[in-house]
Amino acid sequence: MRKKECIAMILAGGQGSRLGLLTKKVAKPAVPFGGKYRIIDFTLSNCRNSQIDTVGVLTQYQPFALNSYIGLGSAWDLDHRDGGAFTLPPYTKESGAEWYKGTADAIWQNIHFIERYNPSYVLVLSGDHIYTMDYAKMIDYHKAKKADATISVLEVPWNEASRFGIMSTADTGRITDFQEKPANPNSNLASMGIYIFNWKHLKKHLEEDSNDFTSSHDFGKNVIPKMLGEGHRLFAYPFQGYWKDVGTVDSFWEANMDLLAEEPQLDIYNPDWRIYSVNPTRPPHYIAAGAKVSRSLISEGCLILGEVEDSVIFPGVCIGEGARIIKSIVMPYVNIGAGVQTYQAIIGKRVVVEEGARVGWAGSSMSPDITVVAENAVIGRGMEWGPEGVIPKKNVG
Amino acid sequence: MQNVMGIINLNESEELLREVTKHRPLAAVPFAGRYRVIDFILSSMVNSGIQNVGILVLSKYRALMDHLRSGKEWDLARKRDGLFILPPAETQPCGSGDIENFYRNLDYIKSSRQQYVLIAGSNTICNLNFKKAFQFHQAKQADITVLYKEQEIQQDDFKHCAIVDCDADGRIVDMAVNPSRQESRKVSMKMYLMAKTTLIDLITDCAARGGTDFLMDGIVKNVGKLAIYGYPYKGFMGRIHSVASYYHQNMELLKPDRWQELFFKSGPIYTKVKDEAPVKYKENAHIANAMIANGCVIEGTVENSILFRGVKVELGAYIKDSIIMQKCTIGANAKLENVICDKDVSISAEKWLKGEVNYPLVIEKGTVI
Repeated sequence: MRKKECIAMILAGGQGSRLGLLTKKVAKPAVPFGGKYRIIDFTLSNCRNSQIDTVGVLTQYQPFALNSYIGLGSAWDLDHRDGGAFTLPPYTKESGAEWYKGTADAIWQNIHFIERYNPSYVLVLSGDHIYTMDYAKMIDYHKAKKADATISVLEVPWNEASRFGIMSTADTGRITDFQEKPANPNSNLASMGIYIFNWKHLKKHLEEDSNDFTSSHDFGKNVIPKMLGEGHRLFAYPFQGYWKDVGTVDSFWEANMDLLAEEPQLDIYNPDWRIYSVNPTRPPHYIAAGAKVSRSLISEGCLILGEVEDSVIFPGVCIGEGARIIKSIVMPYVNIGAGVQTYQAIIGKRVVVEEGARVGWAGSSMSPDITVVAENAVIGRGMEWGPEGVIPKKNVG
Repeated sequence: MQNVMGIINLNESEELLREVTKHRPLAAVPFAGRYRVIDFILSSMVNSGIQNVGILVLSKYRALMDHLRSGKEWDLARKRDGLFILPPAETQPCGSGDIENFYRNLDYIKSSRQQYVLIAGSNTICNLNFKKAFQFHQAKQADITVLYKEQEIQQDDFKHCAIVDCDADGRIVDMAVNPSRQESRKVSMKMYLMAKTTLIDLITDCAARGGTDFLMDGIVKNVGKLAIYGYPYKGFMGRIHSVASYYHQNMELLKPDRWQELFFKSGPIYTKVKDEAPVKYKENAHIANAMIANGCVIEGTVENSILFRGVKVELGAYIKDSIIMQKCTIGANAKLENVICDKDVSISAEKWLKGEVNYPLVIEKGTVI
């Protein structure tokens, strides 16, 4: 195997329990997003567009949908002779079987995969963030700074800084301090969960971490603070642009709605930075004479007879006559009957909403909360289906 | 149908469709928002279980090669069999007939493992499964089975088609192109099933005796001599041979039942994937009766029209009864009616362009107005 300069490892094993019903059957990176994509498409496309041709995808929770979706990686042009996309679930070793105990442990358990390519650098990514980024530029920065590790950071509003891992830096960009979710942040540079490591360094630190029984084997909590404590050269790479962690129902919904802005910050129409995905084989969508669409995204294979406003409609959706879809996200192959009304609803794959039903309504009025309908559900004729009807209270948030 | 190979014969008249076939063969003309004409026959073959398809190309086939590449989208990038491009003989003078093309590629046909062959043109728009026709062919012990569709021939779209006449058993008793007296409404779909040995005999025989045209010298002259049967196809069929029929066949797809039948009934229609984002409809978009492909960004009005992938329609633009191909830009307050814009056309703001219902205005690829 030829040596690779840099390979990427995408952490995609998290359950994403805060997404509630959306991740009941699939891992968070496999959740549909933006009218045709799945969340992980953004990271995979970034790899492809940054000329990284070897990508390991670490899966654990409900891996089937994700494994079959990624396949050989051909949808992202990653099916290379040397390299390609590989899904890496936990496996049984001589010493026994173990789940991935943390982000660092997941990488450590796949050391043989990395060693096979003998890379100079390892890029560690998350499979559940929405953004476009040229990793090649970050690698150049890493090299220019002669860093041992580089962490991509984003300026966040000061009042939100306590939700993130916060870096303090010197003028050179060198990280002087790192705090995980500090109550009183002394910087507003938040870690985006994107790391470049010199493989030699990382290997040593992962080995030490694996032998440390007090560690929770997490990059942010353990590995980074330890490297910093030992005086290694850690640099912050300032990122500018759209970046969103879609970890909760609210942020997932918001990130979808962000695409509907007049000039969205995230450009999914850039021919020089395409977002690749597995394409459904569907014809262009059809919009009937009586239909109305505005401020919306609509994908292939849809049949639209009703009204769509401020909504994101995935492939193969039928929307019946007189239906009104408002501020909603309608996932693939949903069938919406005539006269149905939806408001602030996230409707899962293959749901059937029968004639005259109202989704996102409670007590005969539109609910201010977001309603999530689990995939394959059937909402009967004329029914009213509000947030409470779907998410039991204990799972909210 | 693993025992059947497919041959798509691109020897097709482009005379009436010159405006959009200047840079590409008829088979590669963009159609129905995201497809090329050839996708329909190719997908029908693949969905029927055919795994070996050869395409007899003529000239200017770069656009077609670019579209098909390895054949991966049709699941035809295989270790054995798959997709083959069969180029014409270098010395072949134009218009010398398609028998020559077949003859030049006879070694490919001979060396293919399949015992049967399905020959079709590219410009018949349909989504059909050949299994029943193949069963019919075997049950009748036919030498050749011609697929036909009973159709109103007066319609311009079916002019210059071969017309067949069958007896009660389905055996073809007459077959003619533009006969003086038309007694039959059975239009040949230019799809023929036969044993591979029959095809090889037919081609070598024609070549030996000066026959040049596959339909005339290969099929029509053998009516009565060989057991040629007609298989009646009942589904939707369109044919593209002129600007008018191209326009008409596109517009037919604005009928939802037609859209449903062509794209879903007997299997998906595959095409080259472009990874375009979903269509973005902005604040002032107004859409009525339109088919719109991914990658479009729409701020204006679109009525009774078909938009291909990546079209931009700016604020106040008005598109009516038109076909707008890939990556066109329609400027603010521009107005188009009965227009066919080829790829990469840019209409600047405030321009008004209008064709007639029976004579749409075709704007050449890459034009800036």
